[in-house]
Amino acid sequence: MSTARTSSRFTDALAQIGACGIFLFRIFAAVPRSLRYFKETIRQIWFVGAMSLTIIMTCGLFIGAVLGLQLYDVLSRFGSAAMSGTVVALALYRELGPVVTALLFAGRAGTSITAEVGLMRATDQIAAMEMMAVDPLAYVVAPRFLAGIVAMPALVCIFNALAILGAHVVCVSWLGLDNGTFWSNMTASVDVWTDVINGVWKSVAFGAVCTLIASFQGYTTAPTSEGVAYATTRTVVFSSIATLALDFVMTAFLM
Amino acid sequence: MGYASRMTAPVAHNAEAASADPLIRIRGLSTVLNGKTIFDKVDLDIPRGGVTAVMGPSGTGKTTLMRHITGQLAPDAGEVWVDGRNVVTLDRAALFALREKIGYLFQNSALLTDYSVFENVAFPLRQHLRLPEVVLRNLVLTKLQAVGLRGAVDLMPHELSGGMMRRVALARAIVRDPMLIIYDEPFVGLDPIALNQIVKLIRTLSETLGITSILVAHELSAVRRVADHIYLLAGGKIAAYGTPEELERGDTPWTEQFFTGAADGPVPFQYPAPDYAVELGLAEARR
Amino acid sequence: MAQRQSFQIGTGLFILLGFAALAYLATQTTSVANYSQGDSYMIKARFTNVGQLKLRAPVKIAGVRVGSVAGVVLEPERLDALVTLSIDKRYDKIPDDSAAAVFTSGLLGDQYVALQPGGSPDVFKNGDEVVLTQSSMQLEELIGKYLVGQGDSKPPAGKGDDAKPAAKP
Repeated sequence: MSTARTSSRFTDALAQIGACGIFLFRIFAAVPRSLRYFKETIRQIWFVGAMSLTIIMTCGLFIGAVLGLQLYDVLSRFGSAAMSGTVVALALYRELGPVVTALLFAGRAGTSITAEVGLMRATDQIAAMEMMAVDPLAYVVAPRFLAGIVAMPALVCIFNALAILGAHVVCVSWLGLDNGTFWSNMTASVDVWTDVINGVWKSVAFGAVCTLIASFQGYTTAPTSEGVAYATTRTVVFSSIATLALDFVMTAFLM
Repeated sequence: MGYASRMTAPVAHNAEAASADPLIRIRGLSTVLNGKTIFDKVDLDIPRGGVTAVMGPSGTGKTTLMRHITGQLAPDAGEVWVDGRNVVTLDRAALFALREKIGYLFQNSALLTDYSVFENVAFPLRQHLRLPEVVLRNLVLTKLQAVGLRGAVDLMPHELSGGMMRRVALARAIVRDPMLIIYDEPFVGLDPIALNQIVKLIRTLSETLGITSILVAHELSAVRRVADHIYLLAGGKIAAYGTPEELERGDTPWTEQFFTGAADGPVPFQYPAPDYAVELGLAEARR
Repeated sequence: MAQRQSFQIGTGLFILLGFAALAYLATQTTSVANYSQGDSYMIKARFTNVGQLKLRAPVKIAGVRVGSVAGVVLEPERLDALVTLSIDKRYDKIPDDSAAAVFTSGLLGDQYVALQPGGSPDVFKNGDEVVLTQSSMQLEELIGKYLVGQGDSKPPAGKGDDAKPAAKP
């Protein structure tokens, strides 16, 4: 009895992943058609990206500050406090920047995409578009997907810059690390390609995954209030899991 | 079962007599959704011009029928001919070309929440035609004037009442002068005034523009005033077809129950269930 | 329409901000910042071992950055490392008998090339070679020697002690 239920839940999950994959291909197919609605993509970049700036910038500042604080303390036990800036930068560029931004993005923009698309499904707006001979994948989903891919790297870069600023304020202005030491150690050890640009690639992938999951959940939601609420929750859960799993895979390949 | 199939034959005959070249001709339509038979070899014709109402108890697949006609849902078997083309076999592009000639009024209006009334009505035009802004504006205002909402042109959907939303959706449905307009439950949740406004609009549009209209509704009093013909769907079959007057005579159990609103009849009051006594555990005792 | 216009401007600003942040990260916090800003000239130095010396590692005199490592290659015949140092043009008064050494910043930090100024009246010009070089000190090598009682052969702090003429005249 219980094994049967477990296996059916497993096949359900597998079916969900498969449906999501098919959905991704349908989005790809719809992308050329969605170029007609380029203004819609611009609008979505505004909603998905620019509207997430406040949370991203605030969290970036605090994460940078706390990293500076922690690492200065830990590294000074090994007499390497001078490396604080370096370790903060490396940790941010390679991991924390893309991952934390993606998690925040899933909570801020992902849920709003799911709620929005889900509501459009629940109130027949998607069906209405179909009836007006407008492809909802090209008009509703693809612009959001493209917006996620464009917005996420920008958000990650802004997050990282603010975090470095936060770490600098804590390490240099507060804890008294030498300004020159902070920067010169960082510039000596951080590489543009293996650290900064690899992080940007990760963020592109995370942006695609988060918006894919969010719009999939919204597009396939049960057309009721409970359905939309449930889909929104699942967006956060699945986006977080997918982001962290993909992060591991990408790190293994990019290293 | 045998009773229902006896009923369909004369009905189909009737439909064909109504119009030699119907706009919609459905043959042998069968649909099973989630294991439940919605349609069982249904034949149905909708003549050009006039208002044809599709009525029936809840859950008999009235909306499903509309989704078959517009190609949103493929039937398990059968042909759905709309304006000389079989919807079932059309590819996406041809289907979209056909849909451009069909207006569809959704039960909950389905206005795009992000856009103003003007942009909502202008949406089909902007998507399919490259019109100069002046021409587009005049077209939209004309249609809004027709539904009496020209003054609401700059409002957002959430600022409108249910009846107004439905009228805006109606303006959007007719903005491209369709050959067919489908009203899916247009009277649900309206106060008597708004209901009468919609009734008047459906009648006016049908008479002045000559648009073929399909009306899916329950409200007998309203349907009686607008419909030229009525199809009564029940149990996956067409239970009756005719003018409102013919059906009101109620010469079959279906029409009689539906038009008098009897609680029990061919549509049972009890949802299908195992024997009551058995379920209560009394069957043994009784036996 | 005006509303749509403002979306587009706002989105443009947002993307611009993203690019600005990327440019800032890439140029100010990475080794790209170590690329010399202005003109520079090249000098060469040979080392028997450069340790973990990387491209674009800093070149310092008295702890101040004067340039960066522009290339590290193995010379096939003599089997020693030929390091090209790119020195900023404004530091054009470095005596040509200065010594070069590969040092580690801190115990675990990155490696850099330190120039120890000499006393010659002549200065380095483009293409010149540093004659006196001191190779990177390998921590494990030092420990190994210390353990087998040979610690005196290579004192850790003895700058120039094992400096050797890298090129025979």
